[in-house]
This record gives sequence, C-alpha cells and structure tokens, in this order.
Amino acid sequence: MTNPTDDSKQVAPRKDSTSIVKRTLARRYAAEKRFRFYGATAIAISLLFLVILLGSILVKGLPAFTETQMLIDVTLDAKTLGVEEGASEQELRSANYNALIKKSLREMFPEATKRKQKKELYKLVSTSAEYQVRDSLIANPSQIGQTIKVWVLADDELSALYKTGGLTDIANVTHTRLSEQQITWASSLNEQSRLKKQFNATFFKNGDSREPEQAGIRAALMGSILTLLITFLLSFPIAVATAIYLEEFAPKNRWTDLIEVNINNLAAVPSIVFGLLGLAVFINFFELPRSAPVVGGIVLSLMTLPTIIITSRAALKAVPPSIREAGRGLGASQLQVVTHHVLPLAMPGILTGTIIGLAQALGETAPLLMIGMVAFIVDIPTSVTDAATVLPVQVFLWADSPERAFLEKTSAAILVLLVFLIVMNAAAVFLRKHFERRW
Amino acid sequence: MTSTNLVLLLLGLGLATFFYGRQKAYVVSKSHGGMRNMHSLPSQHGVMVGLWCVLPALLLVLFWKLAEPSVISSLLNSSIPASISEAGEKSVGLYKNDIANIIESGTASSDPEKQAVAERWVALSSISSWVLVAITLALAAIGAAIALRKISADTRARVMVERVVHWFLIICSSIAILTTVGIVCSVLFEAVRFFQQVSFVEFVTGTKWSPQTAIRVDQIGSSGSFGAIPLFTGTLLISAIAMVVAVPIGLLAAIYLAEYASDRMRAYAKPLLEILAGIPTVVYGFFAALTVAPAIREWGELIGLSPSSESALAAGVVMGIMIIPFVSSLSDDVITAVPQAMRDGSYALGATHSETIKKVVLPAALPGVVGGILLAASRAIGETMIVVMAAGLAANLTANPLEAVTTVTVQIVTLLTGDQEFDSAKTLAAFALGLMLFITTLILNVIALYVVRRYREQYD
Repeated sequence: MTNPTDDSKQVAPRKDSTSIVKRTLARRYAAEKRFRFYGATAIAISLLFLVILLGSILVKGLPAFTETQMLIDVTLDAKTLGVEEGASEQELRSANYNALIKKSLREMFPEATKRKQKKELYKLVSTSAEYQVRDSLIANPSQIGQTIKVWVLADDELSALYKTGGLTDIANVTHTRLSEQQITWASSLNEQSRLKKQFNATFFKNGDSREPEQAGIRAALMGSILTLLITFLLSFPIAVATAIYLEEFAPKNRWTDLIEVNINNLAAVPSIVFGLLGLAVFINFFELPRSAPVVGGIVLSLMTLPTIIITSRAALKAVPPSIREAGRGLGASQLQVVTHHVLPLAMPGILTGTIIGLAQALGETAPLLMIGMVAFIVDIPTSVTDAATVLPVQVFLWADSPERAFLEKTSAAILVLLVFLIVMNAAAVFLRKHFERRW
Repeated sequence: MTSTNLVLLLLGLGLATFFYGRQKAYVVSKSHGGMRNMHSLPSQHGVMVGLWCVLPALLLVLFWKLAEPSVISSLLNSSIPASISEAGEKSVGLYKNDIANIIESGTASSDPEKQAVAERWVALSSISSWVLVAITLALAAIGAAIALRKISADTRARVMVERVVHWFLIICSSIAILTTVGIVCSVLFEAVRFFQQVSFVEFVTGTKWSPQTAIRVDQIGSSGSFGAIPLFTGTLLISAIAMVVAVPIGLLAAIYLAEYASDRMRAYAKPLLEILAGIPTVVYGFFAALTVAPAIREWGELIGLSPSSESALAAGVVMGIMIIPFVSSLSDDVITAVPQAMRDGSYALGATHSETIKKVVLPAALPGVVGGILLAASRAIGETMIVVMAAGLAANLTANPLEAVTTVTVQIVTLLTGDQEFDSAKTLAAFALGLMLFITTLILNVIALYVVRRYREQYD
C-alpha cells in the first residue's frame, strides 16, 4: 500500500543505489579480473619453479653421461713392467703399468723435464688408466714388447674442458684447475685427434670413488634396490593386513580408535624422527649392523606403512557392500569373503598406494643418514647386510664434494633417481586408470 | 646351518605338509560319503596342518635366537681367567670383544689362552645351532603329526585357521602403536639421560649452542654449551620464510583451480603441481645450495647487501616451493567441499565471482584451510635435507634472513653422523632435540587433524 507522496520519497534512494552499483561496477569488475590474474599467476609461478628446478638439473647433469677418452701409445716393455716374457696372468696382473703410461706420456711431450711439469703431465690421465692398459694386455698377452694404441680414461678436469669445447679456444679458458701448460698439452692432444667423447658406461658400472671420472652409481643403485626390496617385503603384507583388519574386522572400541589415531599421526611425523627410532632401537638395542640395507628397509617400511594403510583402506572401502553381502549370503565366512572377493577387487588400488609409498621411500634421505647409510661405498653390495648407501644419500654425499666434476655427477645421479620415480609413478597412474573399477 | 636356511626349510616343510594334509582330507572325505559331510574343505585342513607344523617351530627359532647370545656368554664366563673377571665388568666386556674379533677374523690368536676360549665359543655355538635344528625339526614333525591325526569330518579346521589369521591381522595392525611407542621411548629415554647431564632450563633458555664437549680434561674451549634457543629461532625463521612463500601461492593456486580453471586445465595443472611434492627433498637441497643460494648472493651484492653464502632465505624459499602442493591440494579439497548453495546465494545477491570467493567461500572454508596450513607448517619444521644442505651449521641468534642460521633437524644430523661414543652429551643432545621436534609436530598435527575433522563434520 503506497501513496503518491511516499512513492516519490522511495524513488530517490532506489535510483541512488542503482547509480552506486553502476558507478562501482567497473571497479568491481577490475577487482574480479585482478583476483583471477593473481590465481593464474600463482599457478604459473609454481610451474615456473618446477621448470627451473628440473631444467637446471638437466642442464648440469647431461654432460655426465659422456666421458672423455685419450689415445696413448704404450710400449709394452717387459723390463718396465717388471715381468719376463711368457709371464703368467697372475704376474701380468701385478705388473707395473703406471710406469708404462708415464713413459708414454713423456715420449709424447718430451718438453716436460722438470719434476713439477712431469707431475702435471701425469695428471692428464685418470688413475684408472693402468687398469685399462692391463686389461688390454691380459686379453692379448703376446703383445709384450710391442707398441700398442690404447684408449684410456682422461682426467675429470681435462674432460670437463674438452666436453665444453674449451680446447678449441684455449686463449679464453675460464673455470678450470688445469695449468696453462696442461691446457697447451691438452689442446695438442685434441689437434692430434687423441681425444674422444663416448657414452659414460663407467658411471653405471662403478661404485663411489674419490676420483670424479671413476665414480659411478652402481653401488648406490644396488643399495636402493635392496633397501626397497626389504621395505616392500615388510610394509606390503603388514599394511594390507592392517587395512583389512581395520576395514573388515575391527570392532568399534578404544583399541581400534587408538590404532587409527596412531596411523594418522605417524603419517605426519618428520622422517628424521624415524631415523632416531632406527638408531636407538634397531642399531643400539637389537645390534643390527650399521649402514645395512636391512635396517634401512625396516626404518623406511615403518615410515611408509601409514601411506600404504590409508590408501589400502580407501581401496577396500570403495568395494561396495553388496559384494560382501552376496558372499555371506552364499555361506562364505567373513575371511573367505575378504580373501576371495573384496581383496582381489581392491588390489589395484592397494598396489597403487604401495607403489606411491615405495616411491616416497626411494627418495628419502634423512632417516638413512641416522642409521649410518652415509658411507663411502666402493664395492657393490650383494646382500642386505652389506654396508651400502642409497641413491639420494649418494646425491647428498656428492653434493658436498669440492671437485667441480662431482657437480655434474650429482645432477646425473638426480636424473637417474627422477627417472626411477617417474617410472614408478607412471606405473601407479597406469594401474589406477586401467584396473581400478568404478562402482 | 644358518637360521635363514632353517626358516626356509621350515617354510618348505609347511608347504609340503599343506599338500599332504589336503590329500589326506580328500581321502578321509571319501570314507564319509563325500566332501559335503566334512565341516571344512580339504584345503582348510591342509592349511591347518601346515600351520601346526610351522608356527610352533618358528616361535621356537625366534626365542632360541633371542636367548642364545646371553646363554653362551654366561656359559663362557667360567672359562674366563679369574684375573680378568675380578677386574670388573668392563674388562670382561673387553675380553669378550677380543674373543669375538678372533672368531670373526678367523686367524689364530697369538695368545693361546684366548685362542682356547675362542675355540670353546665356536664349539658352543656350533652345538647350539645343531641342537636348534634338531629340536625345531622334531617340533615341526610332532606338530604335523598331531594335526594330521586331527583330520576328520567334524574337525573345525576353517575356524581354527581363521582364528590364527585373525590374530595375525590384529598383531599387524598393532605395529602402528608399537612404532609410536618405540619412537616415544627411544627419544624420551635418551633425552632423560641428556637432561641428567645438562639442565632442562639451560637447554630451553640458553642462547649459546656449541655442542663440543671435552674429550680430554685439559682441552681448551670445548666446555660445550647446550642452549637451544638459536636452533629454535633458526627453525622458526626458515619455516616462516617457507610459509610466506607457500601460503599465498598455494592458496591462490587452489582457489584458481577450484573456482576458475576449466576441467582441462585442472586435469593438467593439478598433477603438475603435485610433482613438486614428489621430488625428493635431497634434490631440493641440491637446488637450494647450488642454484638459489648463489643467485641470492649475487642479487644481494648488486643492491649493496652482503648475504651469507648459506642464507636462511635460500633454504626457506626452496622449502616454500616444496610445500606449495601441500597447501594447495588440502585447500583445494576444502574449497570444493563448500556447498554450491552458498555460492548461488551470494551470486543471487549480485556479488561477483571474486567477491563470492572472498566473502563467502573462504570464510566457510577457513577452518579447513587453517588445518592444511598447520600440516604444511609441521612439514616445514621437520624438513631435514634442504636445511642440511643449504642452511649451514652456524648457530646464530638472528632474525636476518640473509644470515646463516641452523635448525633443530640440521643439528640432529650433524650430531649423529660420524663416529662417536653413544653416551656422550653430544649424541644424547640429538635425542633431546628429536623429542622437541616430535612434540612440536605432534601438537601441530593433532590440532590440524582436529580442525579438519570438525570442518568436515560441518558440511557432511
């Protein structure tokens, strides 16, 4: 009910609020656009970080997959070797090949006469060169007395310079520890085509080494595999059993609640605390061997248990109750229903969770430092009680090394680690996409 | 025979008895007019026989192996020369170590007396292991025989097997509790031993951290002081920097993904963001130490500052990048869980999309978002590798992000890597720090989980 006078009074404010809306509309739309832009920027920044992170490691790491070999002429002089003609393999093994290589280097560069110069000259080849000469002689013992051409591993500094193309422009060499004299020799080697690049098989064949050009990831890789094997063998059955108990059997009581609270909390406990547990309980109390994959595996499995349990429970929960009811209706016991029907149906989900948990364990470093897996490992571990290290710890160790060549080794080891992680996660995605049933 | 081989042999026996028991159950069922008159299936009888064969024997092996070292050691006490056993427990331990070394190296000792003891030890352990094999196999045979006699139409083999499986499930699920108890006990006991040497008040209020204790009495400048305040402030500083990076970026990214992004973009951007969470922390540490820290130093010098080469900023920023996905995926979940009706109401009143988000969706989702941020903070406090590699060891009490600071986790790692006596105050300090870390993250997690759960209940 309105009368004319009231109406005229009400029109004015209504007109006013419309005008306010109209006036502020442009500003509000601008704010809207800005807000949207902030959101998009946030995502762009995070993805940019990802690209920079992976890009910088890729750029640094790729050179490590090639190594530099140097061609030297070695005269297999029996006297210098310290053996007689027709020597047995045993004698050949312990002969003095270092002297041969030094002699051949001196013949190539006769201008090196002073002690210091000679020392610099010898440093151009890796210390592993003698084994390469030895192997080629043992393969063909009749070569004694002849002069043969052998490709030997070059030193890491020379290799870095050669790989970056520094030897073609020796006037402008920066960032090298080689002396001017060494660079001149190296470039003359390059001009004689005595240097070549090839795939760095050493990196995948050797254990750790103090010499960057001889260091490899084989030992760390084996350590990782052994550790993950233990982790899988322990965590998978225990996690599945726990998930089955909690989802299918557990009565609602205090004990069950306590278990659930514990699992949720353990999922968020810092990984280094698990390392303290491993050190205090498994190494000091149970006196298991230090640095061994078996202890690492136990610690990592305790750490990954919550992840696997939580995903396994979700997978079990996703199986519809009608399956269980049908099984019970046909007279199966509760355990039979679970083992014959529910578990097989939930298996893809459980395996997905397991793979994700293992991928987490593969990248974990901190708890393994606590239990002494941070060791200098040259020999390839063959059993779960051997001293071993794992890939991420190897990365950590190399990252600390002062030699520049270890920088590219570190990045290369990271690349290998990332490849493994990508493969595992891809497998998890594949399982989820192709085998998981949607009900 | 090693215990591994013995266990493998037992498992093989278990498998064999399973097949035999199943076969026998088939035979028994025939005399009862077919399987339908049996209470349990033949395979269930088979499993029952296998369990009877393996389980008692396995338990015996376990207990034997636990008891064996102390039994042999006490048997040997009689052959230790009186001069040593009178000299106290320590020299007995040393003597036993010597003997263990002789056995391990496999070479004859120069001391014939020790050699004799070592030989006696070897003989005893060899006897012990053969006795164990004999008893275990006998027990397995007895168990299998008992179970085989049990096979009949009325035997409730299924019930028996299921009871065993049920107990196995309960034991497995209790491992989570055992782990927590293990963590609490291991850090607590060592921490208590630490606080007997260094007072708790000094630990939590002292401002000087230099954990070098004197090895010799006359050593200078290594009295060791355990004031943990610089570590706590360092941890807080780095975590705060990380949160400053991660919270705005993570939250805005979550809002964009939940409210604006097309399905296609969501399908690509979300997994890409989650890659950040899957990259091992040691990789972030390497990135922080070798790419970010030098970059920060260069930029700092350009504008006339002199950042330390191991600045808190580098570690904090990289840690922030790492926890972006934690913030964003948790926030994303809670934002999508806000009922559509609330948004529709806001649109109907004329609000724009961003006004709806800021005034309706975010306030409604706030508890969940806060829970997510708390979880991310707990992750940042407990993070180890990034700070170990990028933050350095200098325990400076400073709030300047360009200086080097150290954190609780860094100190735990430095105190415990390398060889040292386990009882020194230095190593025990690591456990005290571990206790602090555990308690802090536990409190954060409990609050976060509580907040998130309350929030879920609100809209379910």
